[in-house]
Amino acid sequence: MTAERRGSERLVDLLSGQEEKLVGQWIEGVSHTLRGRLSAGELGHELRELYAALVAALRSGEDWRAEAFSEVRALLTELSRNRARQGFTPTETATAVFALKDLLAPSSETAQEDITAYLRLNRLVDALGLFTVETYAKTREEIIGSQAEQLLELSTPVVKLWDGVVAVPLVGTLDSARTQVVMEKLLQTLVDTGSDQAIIDITGVPAVDTEVAQHLLKTVVAARLMGAECTISGIRPQIAQTIVALGIQFGDIVTKATLADALKHALRRLGTENPAVAARSAR
Amino acid sequence: MNGQSVTAEEEFSTLPITTNDDVVRARQLVRALAQQAKLSLVDQTKLITAASELARNTLVHGGGGVMRSGLVERGGRRGVTARFEDSGPGIPDLDLALTDGWTSGNGMGLGLSGARRLTDDFTLASKPGAGTTVSITKWVR
Repeated sequence: MTAERRGSERLVDLLSGQEEKLVGQWIEGVSHTLRGRLSAGELGHELRELYAALVAALRSGEDWRAEAFSEVRALLTELSRNRARQGFTPTETATAVFALKDLLAPSSETAQEDITAYLRLNRLVDALGLFTVETYAKTREEIIGSQAEQLLELSTPVVKLWDGVVAVPLVGTLDSARTQVVMEKLLQTLVDTGSDQAIIDITGVPAVDTEVAQHLLKTVVAARLMGAECTISGIRPQIAQTIVALGIQFGDIVTKATLADALKHALRRLGTENPAVAARSAR
Repeated sequence: MNGQSVTAEEEFSTLPITTNDDVVRARQLVRALAQQAKLSLVDQTKLITAASELARNTLVHGGGGVMRSGLVERGGRRGVTARFEDSGPGIPDLDLALTDGWTSGNGMGLGLSGARRLTDDFTLASKPGAGTTVSITKWVR
């Protein structure tokens, strides 16, 4: 235990003895790997703070999970989160931590005691480096997750084409999650705008398989339950042939080749129900 | 359907199918191959749709598996082939499974039979308890 204690003390001595010089070396080593993509002042501030926290934590032990290291962990978390957001690679992020090892790299003249201290630092830095990478990965996952969510929202605009006619242009892959969003938005917009004609345009959907068709049919049925008439447009020749080969029945659902045809159809429907609207749209 | 005489021209690539995203990936992979083989737009769409159905079957009914796909050549004709393998529960009655509108899940029951109509070569091998393998090929006309 006493040897253990001494090793710890020696490590703290080594790190705090020439603090200015070592921090300077560390900053220089790290800034080299980042190739000027982070300002020297910013990096210097970050690493100086981290170094001070590390030396302080080391005074009470080397277990990086201990309470004493909470500040070190917080600083590392912040560092890797920032790096992930700024688009640095995992290597560039982790190198900032691993470069700490080089500061006490032993030579042939290094005393046995100092080598032991170096090995202790090595073990600690490895753990902290892994912690950094893990935080980095977690942040990236969060970013990807929120982007996917944003995309879900972005990709489903419901637009009003005319008094009483709304349309959803669908683009890309139509999975269950997206269909759910589309359906909710479409039905809500029908209510909000008092429309009773809806057009779902699938020009931007690359392939209509049975799952996509099933989702479309459900949306149409739901719109019908609310008293709205739903048209599916944007059925290109290759999609039409595929749907026939698959054997999907669209039943009495009106489908059109282009959005323009669907709008014409919707306006005609509006007109037969309400001549005033037709007169307005003719003008 | 003489799928056996297909000669592998290039190394087939293997794509694991374990999530919904993999179904999208399978579709993209097959699309790239179909474009590379210069299939017509209609044939591309048919093949992609068939691959999409089978990939989803692999995921939903087979509990996940792999897709092996690549370019093939037979008698001077180029084609794209994709094989879907899973080690799921298998299909007890092949004829029933290939009947339009019959489904063991809550889909439309058109995926397997539709995929057969969408492609030129279609082979289905399955044993209860020993998984299912479906191969499809579309040839350049």
